[in-house]
Amino acid sequence: MSDIAERVKKIVIDHLGVDAEKVSEGASFIDDLGADSLDTVELVMAFEEEFGVEIPDDAADSILTVGDAVKFIEKAQA
Amino acid sequence: MRRVVITGTGMVSPLGCGTEVSWSRLLAGGNAARKVTEFEVEDLPAKIACRIPFGDGFDGTFHADDWMEPKEQRKVDPFITYAMAAADMALADAGWKPESDEDQIATGVLIGSGIGGLEGIVEGGYTLRDKGPRRLSPFFIPGRLINLASGQVSIRHKLRGPNHSVVTACSTGAHAIGDASRLIALGDADVMVAGGTESPICRISLAGFAACKALSTQHNDDPQRASRPYDADRDGFVMGEGAGIVILEELEHAKARGAKIYAEVVGYGLSGDAFHITAPSEDGDGAYRCMQMALKRAGLTAADVDYINAHGTSTMADTIELGAVERLVGDSASRISMSSTKSAIGHLLGAAGAVEAIFSALAIRDNVAPPTLNLDNPSVETKIDLVPHVARKREINVALSNSFGFGGTNASLVLRRYKAD
Repeated sequence: MSDIAERVKKIVIDHLGVDAEKVSEGASFIDDLGADSLDTVELVMAFEEEFGVEIPDDAADSILTVGDAVKFIEKAQA
Repeated sequence: MRRVVITGTGMVSPLGCGTEVSWSRLLAGGNAARKVTEFEVEDLPAKIACRIPFGDGFDGTFHADDWMEPKEQRKVDPFITYAMAAADMALADAGWKPESDEDQIATGVLIGSGIGGLEGIVEGGYTLRDKGPRRLSPFFIPGRLINLASGQVSIRHKLRGPNHSVVTACSTGAHAIGDASRLIALGDADVMVAGGTESPICRISLAGFAACKALSTQHNDDPQRASRPYDADRDGFVMGEGAGIVILEELEHAKARGAKIYAEVVGYGLSGDAFHITAPSEDGDGAYRCMQMALKRAGLTAADVDYINAHGTSTMADTIELGAVERLVGDSASRISMSSTKSAIGHLLGAAGAVEAIFSALAIRDNVAPPTLNLDNPSVETKIDLVPHVARKREINVALSNSFGFGGTNASLVLRRYKAD
Protein backbone atom coordinates (compact mmCIF):
# COMPACT_ATOMS: atom_id res chain seq x y z
CA MET A 1 0.00 0.00 0.00
CA SER A 2 1.13 3.51 -0.78
CA ASP A 3 1.80 6.07 1.90
CA ILE A 4 -1.39 7.89 0.90
CA ALA A 5 -3.43 4.70 1.19
CA GLU A 6 -2.02 4.03 4.66
CA ARG A 7 -2.86 7.52 5.84
CA VAL A 8 -6.37 7.33 4.37
CA LYS A 9 -6.88 4.01 6.06
CA LYS A 10 -5.79 5.38 9.42
CA ILE A 11 -8.23 8.31 9.16
CA VAL A 12 -11.06 5.93 8.29
CA ILE A 13 -10.23 3.65 11.22
CA ASP A 14 -10.06 6.59 13.65
CA HIS A 15 -13.22 8.32 12.50
CA LEU A 16 -15.47 5.33 11.98
CA GLY A 17 -14.10 3.22 14.83
CA VAL A 18 -13.81 0.13 12.63
CA ASP A 19 -11.31 -2.74 12.63
CA ALA A 20 -8.29 -2.29 10.35
CA GLU A 21 -8.95 -5.50 8.42
CA LYS A 22 -12.33 -4.20 7.26
CA VAL A 23 -10.77 -1.15 5.64
CA SER A 24 -9.91 -2.61 2.23
CA GLU A 25 -9.50 -0.59 -0.97
CA GLY A 26 -12.98 -1.55 -2.13
CA ALA A 27 -14.75 -0.99 1.21
CA SER A 28 -17.72 1.40 0.95
CA PHE A 29 -17.90 3.91 3.77
CA ILE A 30 -21.66 3.62 4.06
CA ASP A 31 -22.39 0.02 3.00
CA ASP A 32 -19.40 -1.74 4.56
CA LEU A 33 -18.04 0.52 7.30
CA GLY A 34 -21.25 1.76 8.95
CA ALA A 35 -20.89 5.45 8.12
CA ASP A 36 -23.88 7.73 7.66
CA SER A 37 -24.06 10.76 5.38
CA LEU A 38 -22.66 13.10 8.05
CA ASP A 39 -19.78 10.71 8.77
CA THR A 40 -18.78 10.86 5.09
CA VAL A 41 -18.80 14.68 5.19
CA GLU A 42 -16.48 14.56 8.19
CA LEU A 43 -14.23 11.99 6.52
CA VAL A 44 -13.80 14.22 3.49
CA MET A 45 -12.92 17.11 5.79
CA ALA A 46 -10.34 14.94 7.51
CA PHE A 47 -8.80 13.99 4.15
CA GLU A 48 -8.62 17.67 3.18
CA GLU A 49 -6.88 18.52 6.41
CA GLU A 50 -4.46 15.59 6.33
CA PHE A 51 -3.40 16.03 2.70
CA GLY A 52 -3.81 19.78 2.26
CA VAL A 53 -6.12 19.32 -0.73
CA GLU A 54 -9.54 20.78 -1.44
CA ILE A 55 -12.26 18.31 -2.26
CA PRO A 56 -15.22 20.17 -3.83
CA ASP A 57 -18.72 18.97 -2.94
CA ASP A 58 -19.39 17.37 -6.33
CA ALA A 59 -16.11 15.46 -6.12
CA ALA A 60 -16.85 14.48 -2.52
CA ASP A 61 -20.15 12.96 -3.66
CA SER A 62 -18.25 10.52 -5.87
CA ILE A 63 -15.85 9.38 -3.12
CA LEU A 64 -17.73 6.33 -1.86
CA THR A 65 -14.94 3.89 -1.01
CA VAL A 66 -11.47 3.88 0.51
CA GLY A 67 -10.05 3.38 -3.00
CA ASP A 68 -12.02 6.36 -4.37
CA ALA A 69 -10.46 8.57 -1.71
CA VAL A 70 -6.93 7.32 -2.38
CA LYS A 71 -7.32 7.84 -6.14
CA PHE A 72 -8.67 11.37 -5.72
CA ILE A 73 -5.87 12.40 -3.39
CA GLU A 74 -3.14 10.85 -5.55
CA LYS A 75 -4.50 12.74 -8.54
CA ALA A 76 -4.85 16.00 -6.60
CA GLN A 77 -1.28 15.77 -5.34
CA ALA A 78 0.25 14.68 -8.68
CA MET B 1 -56.07 12.35 35.31
CA ARG B 2 -54.02 9.16 35.30
CA ARG B 3 -51.58 8.54 38.15
CA VAL B 4 -47.83 8.59 37.52
CA VAL B 5 -45.11 6.74 39.40
CA ILE B 6 -41.32 6.56 39.25
CA THR B 7 -40.20 3.03 38.37
CA GLY B 8 -36.55 3.57 37.50
CA THR B 9 -33.70 5.97 38.20
CA GLY B 10 -30.28 6.61 36.72
CA MET B 11 -27.68 9.12 37.70
CA VAL B 12 -24.22 10.39 36.94
CA SER B 13 -23.40 12.70 39.83
CA PRO B 14 -20.27 14.25 41.28
CA LEU B 15 -20.52 11.61 44.03
CA GLY B 16 -20.52 8.70 41.60
CA CYS B 17 -21.80 6.94 38.53
CA GLY B 18 -25.07 5.35 39.59
CA THR B 19 -28.02 6.20 41.79
CA GLU B 20 -27.22 3.95 44.73
CA VAL B 21 -23.53 4.84 44.98
CA SER B 22 -24.35 8.55 44.80
CA TRP B 23 -27.08 8.17 47.42
CA SER B 24 -25.02 6.15 49.88
CA ARG B 25 -22.12 8.59 49.59
CA LEU B 26 -24.52 11.52 50.02
CA LEU B 27 -25.95 10.02 53.22
CA ALA B 28 -22.44 9.35 54.50
CA GLY B 29 -21.56 13.03 54.17
CA GLY B 30 -19.56 12.78 50.93
CA ASN B 31 -18.44 16.07 49.44
CA ALA B 32 -17.47 16.25 45.77
CA ALA B 33 -15.97 19.75 45.61
CA ARG B 34 -12.36 20.06 44.51
CA LYS B 35 -9.99 22.34 42.67
CA VAL B 36 -10.34 22.16 38.89
CA THR B 37 -7.15 20.74 37.37
CA GLU B 38 -8.27 19.77 33.87
CA PHE B 39 -7.89 23.26 32.42
CA GLU B 40 -6.38 26.63 33.32
CA VAL B 41 -8.19 28.30 36.21
CA GLU B 42 -5.56 30.60 37.66
CA ASP B 43 -7.06 33.66 35.97
CA LEU B 44 -10.65 32.71 36.94
CA PRO B 45 -12.32 34.03 40.10
CA ALA B 46 -13.84 30.57 40.80
CA LYS B 47 -11.28 27.75 40.59
CA ILE B 48 -13.33 24.92 42.06
CA ALA B 49 -16.15 22.61 40.96
CA CYS B 50 -17.88 19.33 41.71
CA ARG B 51 -16.71 17.12 38.87
CA ILE B 52 -18.02 13.64 38.31
CA PRO B 53 -15.40 11.05 39.30
CA PHE B 54 -13.83 9.97 36.02
CA GLY B 55 -12.17 6.56 36.07
CA ASP B 56 -12.29 3.00 34.79
CA GLY B 57 -15.93 2.44 35.72
CA PHE B 58 -15.19 0.63 38.96
CA ASP B 59 -15.86 1.89 42.49
CA GLY B 60 -18.51 4.32 41.29
CA THR B 61 -16.29 6.08 38.77
CA PHE B 62 -17.61 7.20 35.40
CA HIS B 63 -16.03 5.59 32.34
CA ALA B 64 -17.58 7.26 29.31
CA ASP B 65 -16.64 4.41 26.94
CA ASP B 66 -18.93 2.11 28.91
CA TRP B 67 -21.90 4.20 27.82
CA MET B 68 -21.07 5.54 24.37
CA GLU B 69 -18.55 4.44 21.76
CA PRO B 70 -15.51 6.74 21.58
CA LYS B 71 -16.25 7.63 17.96
CA GLU B 72 -19.76 8.72 18.99
CA GLN B 73 -18.53 10.64 22.04
CA ARG B 74 -16.29 12.71 19.78
CA LYS B 75 -19.36 14.02 17.97
CA VAL B 76 -21.22 15.30 21.03
CA ASP B 77 -20.68 17.45 24.06
CA PRO B 78 -20.47 15.49 27.33
CA PHE B 79 -23.99 16.50 28.43
CA ILE B 80 -25.29 14.03 25.84
CA THR B 81 -22.94 11.27 26.98
CA TYR B 82 -24.02 11.76 30.61
CA ALA B 83 -27.68 11.59 29.57
CA MET B 84 -27.09 8.40 27.58
CA ALA B 85 -25.47 6.80 30.63
CA ALA B 86 -28.18 7.87 33.07
CA ALA B 87 -30.96 6.84 30.66
CA ASP B 88 -29.39 3.39 30.17
CA MET B 89 -29.22 2.96 33.94
CA ALA B 90 -32.79 4.17 34.48
CA LEU B 91 -34.30 1.92 31.81
CA ALA B 92 -32.38 -1.08 33.14
CA ASP B 93 -33.43 -0.25 36.69
CA ALA B 94 -37.08 -0.07 35.60
CA GLY B 95 -36.74 -3.27 33.59
CA TRP B 96 -38.38 -1.49 30.66
CA LYS B 97 -37.15 -2.53 27.21
CA PRO B 98 -39.90 -1.77 24.71
CA GLU B 99 -39.75 -4.04 21.67
CA SER B 100 -43.23 -4.08 20.17
CA ASP B 101 -44.43 -1.17 18.02
CA GLU B 102 -47.08 -0.45 20.62
CA ASP B 103 -44.65 -0.24 23.54
CA GLN B 104 -42.11 1.83 21.61
CA ILE B 105 -44.78 4.33 20.57
CA ALA B 106 -46.11 4.52 24.14
CA THR B 107 -42.66 5.49 25.47
CA GLY B 108 -41.34 9.03 25.11
CA VAL B 109 -38.31 11.04 26.14
CA LEU B 110 -38.10 14.46 27.77
CA ILE B 111 -34.58 15.38 28.81
CA GLY B 112 -33.48 18.97 29.23
CA SER B 113 -30.30 20.90 29.80
CA GLY B 114 -29.71 24.40 31.04
CA ILE B 115 -26.91 25.44 28.70
CA GLY B 116 -26.16 22.38 26.56
CA GLY B 117 -22.92 22.15 24.63
CA LEU B 118 -21.35 25.43 25.65
CA GLU B 119 -17.76 24.21 25.38
CA GLY B 120 -18.35 22.70 21.95
CA ILE B 121 -19.86 25.97 20.76
CA VAL B 122 -16.74 27.81 21.91
CA GLU B 123 -14.50 25.31 20.09
CA GLY B 124 -16.65 25.58 16.98
CA GLY B 125 -16.27 29.34 17.12
CA TYR B 126 -12.48 29.01 17.22
CA THR B 127 -12.56 26.61 14.27
CA LEU B 128 -14.69 29.01 12.24
CA ARG B 129 -12.42 31.95 13.07
CA ASP B 130 -9.09 30.19 12.66
CA LYS B 131 -9.72 27.62 9.92
CA GLY B 132 -12.83 28.82 8.14
CA PRO B 133 -16.30 27.39 7.55
CA ARG B 134 -15.13 24.38 5.55
CA ARG B 135 -13.46 22.95 8.67
CA LEU B 136 -16.59 23.04 10.81
CA SER B 137 -17.70 19.49 11.55
CA PRO B 138 -21.08 18.25 10.30
CA PHE B 139 -21.57 17.16 13.91
CA PHE B 140 -21.08 20.67 15.27
CA ILE B 141 -24.82 21.41 15.41
CA PRO B 142 -26.28 17.98 16.30
CA GLY B 143 -23.62 17.50 18.97
CA ARG B 144 -24.51 20.72 20.77
CA LEU B 145 -28.31 21.04 20.48
CA ILE B 146 -29.97 20.56 23.85
CA ASN B 147 -32.80 18.35 22.58
CA LEU B 148 -30.26 15.93 21.09
CA ALA B 149 -30.00 14.30 24.51
CA SER B 150 -33.64 13.27 24.07
CA GLY B 151 -32.98 12.48 20.42
CA GLN B 152 -29.96 10.24 21.07
CA VAL B 153 -31.69 8.36 23.89
CA SER B 154 -34.75 7.77 21.71
CA ILE B 155 -32.63 6.48 18.83
CA ARG B 156 -30.64 4.06 20.99
CA HIS B 157 -33.70 2.58 22.71
CA LYS B 158 -36.21 3.01 19.85
CA LEU B 159 -38.53 5.15 21.94
CA ARG B 160 -41.01 6.58 19.47
CA GLY B 161 -43.45 8.42 21.73
CA PRO B 162 -43.35 12.14 22.52
CA ASN B 163 -39.82 13.49 22.06
CA HIS B 164 -39.34 16.75 23.84
CA SER B 165 -36.89 18.86 25.79
CA VAL B 166 -36.81 21.62 28.37
CA VAL B 167 -34.51 24.63 28.73
CA THR B 168 -35.31 26.58 31.87
CA ALA B 169 -31.88 27.14 33.40
CA CYS B 170 -31.67 25.64 36.89
CA SER B 171 -35.32 24.56 36.89
CA THR B 172 -34.84 22.38 33.80
CA GLY B 173 -34.69 18.97 35.48
CA ALA B 174 -37.77 19.59 37.61
CA HIS B 175 -39.73 21.00 34.69
CA ALA B 176 -38.76 17.99 32.57
CA ILE B 177 -40.07 15.54 35.16
CA GLY B 178 -43.19 17.62 35.78
CA ASP B 179 -44.01 18.07 32.10
CA ALA B 180 -43.31 14.42 31.30
CA SER B 181 -45.60 13.38 34.16
CA ARG B 182 -48.34 15.50 32.61
CA LEU B 183 -47.89 13.80 29.23
CA ILE B 184 -48.52 10.49 30.97
CA ALA B 185 -51.37 11.83 33.10
CA LEU B 186 -53.10 13.15 29.99
CA GLY B 187 -52.63 9.88 28.10
CA ASP B 188 -50.09 11.02 25.51
CA ALA B 189 -47.61 8.37 26.69
CA ASP B 190 -47.55 5.47 29.15
CA VAL B 191 -43.84 5.69 29.96
CA MET B 192 -41.47 8.69 29.81
CA VAL B 193 -37.71 8.81 30.15
CA ALA B 194 -37.31 12.20 31.81
CA GLY B 195 -34.73 14.33 33.51
CA GLY B 196 -31.87 16.75 33.03
CA THR B 197 -28.23 16.71 32.05
CA GLU B 198 -25.40 19.23 32.16
CA SER B 199 -21.69 19.45 31.42
CA PRO B 200 -20.92 23.07 32.22
CA ILE B 201 -17.46 22.80 33.77
CA CYS B 202 -15.30 24.68 31.30
CA ARG B 203 -13.54 28.03 31.24
CA ILE B 204 -16.23 30.08 29.55
CA SER B 205 -18.91 28.79 31.88
CA LEU B 206 -16.91 29.34 35.07
CA ALA B 207 -15.98 32.80 33.80
CA GLY B 208 -19.53 33.63 32.76
CA PHE B 209 -21.24 32.51 35.96
CA ALA B 210 -18.59 34.30 38.00
CA ALA B 211 -19.17 37.45 35.95
CA CYS B 212 -22.80 37.48 37.02
CA LYS B 213 -21.68 36.99 40.63
CA ALA B 214 -23.28 33.58 41.06
CA LEU B 215 -20.22 31.47 42.00
CA SER B 216 -18.34 31.01 45.25
CA THR B 217 -14.95 32.69 44.96
CA GLN B 218 -13.84 32.92 48.61
CA HIS B 219 -13.17 29.23 49.26
CA ASN B 220 -10.82 28.34 46.40
CA ASP B 221 -8.22 27.10 48.89
CA ASP B 222 -10.69 24.97 50.78
CA PRO B 223 -13.14 23.68 48.14
CA GLN B 224 -15.07 21.36 50.43
CA ARG B 225 -16.13 24.33 52.54
CA ALA B 226 -17.40 26.36 49.58
CA SER B 227 -20.95 25.07 49.10
CA ARG B 228 -22.62 26.00 52.40
CA PRO B 229 -26.34 26.70 51.95
CA TYR B 230 -27.94 28.83 54.71
CA ASP B 231 -24.57 29.38 56.35
CA ALA B 232 -23.47 32.90 57.18
CA ASP B 233 -20.22 32.46 55.22
CA ARG B 234 -21.81 31.35 51.95
CA ASP B 235 -20.76 33.40 48.94
CA GLY B 236 -22.10 31.66 45.84
CA PHE B 237 -22.69 28.26 44.33
CA VAL B 238 -20.15 25.63 43.33
CA MET B 239 -20.68 24.35 39.82
CA GLY B 240 -21.46 20.66 39.39
CA GLU B 241 -22.09 18.39 36.41
CA GLY B 242 -23.90 15.17 35.60
CA ALA B 243 -27.32 13.83 34.72
CA GLY B 244 -30.38 12.50 36.48
CA ILE B 245 -32.99 10.47 34.63
CA VAL B 246 -36.17 8.86 35.91
CA ILE B 247 -38.54 6.43 34.29
CA LEU B 248 -42.05 7.78 34.79
CA GLU B 249 -44.85 5.35 34.25
CA GLU B 250 -48.62 5.31 34.36
CA LEU B 251 -49.59 3.52 37.56
CA GLU B 252 -51.67 0.71 36.06
CA HIS B 253 -49.00 0.11 33.40
CA ALA B 254 -46.39 -0.24 36.14
CA LYS B 255 -48.57 -2.52 38.26
CA ALA B 256 -49.47 -4.73 35.29
CA ARG B 257 -45.82 -5.60 34.72
CA GLY B 258 -44.96 -5.81 38.39
CA ALA B 259 -42.52 -2.90 38.32
CA LYS B 260 -40.98 -1.66 41.55
CA ILE B 261 -42.28 1.79 42.49
CA TYR B 262 -40.03 4.38 44.11
CA ALA B 263 -42.70 7.02 44.65
CA GLU B 264 -45.71 8.65 43.05
CA VAL B 265 -45.43 12.04 41.36
CA VAL B 266 -48.48 13.71 42.85
CA GLY B 267 -47.82 17.42 42.46
CA TYR B 268 -46.18 19.85 40.08
CA GLY B 269 -46.18 23.62 40.29
CA LEU B 270 -44.74 26.31 38.04
CA SER B 271 -44.47 30.06 38.38
CA GLY B 272 -42.61 33.11 37.14
CA ASP B 273 -41.10 35.83 39.30
CA ALA B 274 -41.43 38.56 36.65
CA PHE B 275 -38.79 40.43 38.61
CA HIS B 276 -35.12 40.15 37.58
CA ILE B 277 -32.97 38.10 35.19
CA THR B 278 -30.78 36.49 37.86
CA ALA B 279 -32.19 37.40 41.29
CA PRO B 280 -35.39 36.18 42.93
CA SER B 281 -37.77 38.78 44.32
CA GLU B 282 -37.06 39.59 47.96
CA ASP B 283 -40.51 38.46 49.08
CA GLY B 284 -40.05 34.98 47.59
CA ASP B 285 -43.52 35.17 46.13
CA GLY B 286 -42.68 33.19 42.99
CA ALA B 287 -41.27 30.33 45.04
CA TYR B 288 -44.24 30.44 47.39
CA ARG B 289 -46.82 30.28 44.61
CA CYS B 290 -44.92 27.51 42.88
CA MET B 291 -44.88 25.28 45.97
CA GLN B 292 -48.50 26.15 46.70
CA MET B 293 -49.57 25.14 43.20
CA ALA B 294 -47.71 21.83 43.48
CA LEU B 295 -49.41 21.02 46.79
CA LYS B 296 -52.82 21.97 45.43
CA ARG B 297 -52.32 19.68 42.47
CA ALA B 298 -51.30 16.92 44.87
CA GLY B 299 -54.40 17.46 46.98
CA LEU B 300 -52.16 17.96 50.00
CA THR B 301 -51.50 20.76 52.44
CA ALA B 302 -48.22 22.06 53.81
CA ALA B 303 -48.91 20.07 56.98
CA ASP B 304 -48.48 16.86 54.96
CA VAL B 305 -44.93 17.69 53.84
CA ASP B 306 -42.16 15.79 55.65
CA TYR B 307 -39.08 16.66 53.64
CA ILE B 308 -38.11 19.48 51.30
CA ASN B 309 -35.15 19.20 48.98
CA ALA B 310 -34.38 22.90 48.75
CA HIS B 311 -33.08 24.72 45.73
CA GLY B 312 -30.57 26.11 48.28
CA THR B 313 -27.64 27.05 46.04
CA SER B 314 -25.42 28.60 48.74
CA THR B 315 -26.21 32.10 47.51
CA MET B 316 -28.01 35.00 49.16
CA ALA B 317 -31.22 33.60 47.64
CA ASP B 318 -31.21 30.72 50.18
CA THR B 319 -32.93 32.81 52.82
CA ILE B 320 -35.53 34.05 50.32
CA GLU B 321 -36.48 30.43 49.61
CA LEU B 322 -36.46 29.69 53.33
CA GLY B 323 -38.80 32.62 53.92
CA ALA B 324 -41.15 31.36 51.22
CA VAL B 325 -41.16 27.89 52.78
CA GLU B 326 -41.87 29.34 56.25
CA ARG B 327 -44.77 31.30 54.81
CA LEU B 328 -46.06 28.13 53.14
CA VAL B 329 -45.78 25.76 56.09
CA GLY B 330 -46.71 28.14 58.91
CA ASP B 331 -47.19 26.23 62.15
CA SER B 332 -45.92 23.00 60.58
CA ALA B 333 -42.36 24.36 60.38
CA SER B 334 -41.07 22.39 63.33
CA ARG B 335 -42.06 19.02 61.85
CA ILE B 336 -40.37 19.59 58.48
CA SER B 337 -36.83 18.71 57.48
CA MET B 338 -35.34 20.68 54.60
CA SER B 339 -31.86 20.20 53.22
CA SER B 340 -29.78 21.29 50.26
CA THR B 341 -27.93 18.42 48.64
CA LYS B 342 -26.05 21.03 46.61
CA SER B 343 -23.83 21.26 49.68
CA ALA B 344 -22.43 17.87 48.64
CA ILE B 345 -22.66 17.77 44.84
CA GLY B 346 -22.70 21.46 43.90
CA HIS B 347 -25.18 22.95 41.50
CA LEU B 348 -25.84 20.75 38.48
CA LEU B 349 -27.83 23.54 36.77
CA GLY B 350 -30.16 21.85 34.29
CA ALA B 351 -29.59 18.44 35.86
CA ALA B 352 -30.08 19.67 39.43
CA GLY B 353 -33.85 19.34 39.61
CA ALA B 354 -33.78 15.80 38.24
CA VAL B 355 -30.98 14.56 40.50
CA GLU B 356 -32.67 16.20 43.48
CA ALA B 357 -36.05 14.67 42.59
CA ILE B 358 -34.33 11.27 42.65
CA PHE B 359 -32.81 12.06 46.04
CA SER B 360 -36.29 13.06 47.23
CA ALA B 361 -37.73 9.75 46.03
CA LEU B 362 -34.95 7.89 47.85
CA ALA B 363 -35.57 9.95 50.99
CA ILE B 364 -39.11 8.57 50.93
CA ARG B 365 -37.95 5.03 50.15
CA ASP B 366 -35.41 4.94 52.97
CA ASN B 367 -37.03 7.33 55.44
CA VAL B 368 -33.96 9.51 55.72
CA ALA B 369 -33.24 13.17 55.00
CA PRO B 370 -29.82 13.76 53.41
CA PRO B 371 -27.67 16.39 55.11
CA THR B 372 -26.85 20.03 54.45
CA LEU B 373 -23.05 20.06 54.73
CA ASN B 374 -21.08 23.01 56.09
CA LEU B 375 -24.04 24.50 57.91
CA ASP B 376 -21.96 25.69 60.87
CA ASN B 377 -23.61 29.01 61.53
CA PRO B 378 -27.04 29.57 59.96
CA SER B 379 -27.49 33.14 58.79
CA VAL B 380 -31.11 33.22 59.98
CA GLU B 381 -33.06 31.45 62.69
CA THR B 382 -35.77 29.00 61.71
CA LYS B 383 -37.88 26.31 63.30
CA ILE B 384 -37.38 24.18 60.20
CA ASP B 385 -34.80 21.41 60.60
CA LEU B 386 -32.12 22.21 58.02
CA VAL B 387 -30.42 18.81 58.61
CA PRO B 388 -26.98 20.24 59.35
CA HIS B 389 -23.89 18.07 58.71
CA VAL B 390 -25.42 14.59 59.08
CA ALA B 391 -28.35 12.74 57.55
CA ARG B 392 -31.46 12.37 59.68
CA LYS B 393 -33.48 9.16 59.95
CA ARG B 394 -37.13 10.13 60.12
CA GLU B 395 -40.44 9.19 58.61
CA ILE B 396 -40.82 10.69 55.16
CA ASN B 397 -44.00 10.05 53.21
CA VAL B 398 -44.25 13.30 51.26
CA ALA B 399 -41.30 15.16 49.76
CA LEU B 400 -41.23 18.45 47.92
CA SER B 401 -38.34 19.36 45.61
CA ASN B 402 -37.73 22.97 44.59
CA SER B 403 -35.88 24.35 41.58
CA PHE B 404 -35.57 28.02 40.67
CA GLY B 405 -33.84 29.31 37.56
CA PHE B 406 -32.41 32.46 36.01
CA GLY B 407 -35.14 34.42 34.33
CA GLY B 408 -37.37 33.90 37.36
CA THR B 409 -38.58 30.44 36.37
CA ASN B 410 -39.70 28.21 39.25
CA ALA B 411 -40.69 24.55 39.50
CA SER B 412 -41.74 22.38 42.43
CA LEU B 413 -42.40 18.66 42.43
CA VAL B 414 -44.30 16.77 45.13
CA LEU B 415 -43.58 13.06 45.54
CA ARG B 416 -45.49 10.72 47.84
CA ARG B 417 -44.85 7.22 49.06
CA TYR B 418 -46.85 4.90 46.86
CA LYS B 419 -49.60 3.06 48.67
CA ALA B 420 -51.84 0.58 46.93
CA ASP B 421 -55.49 1.63 47.23
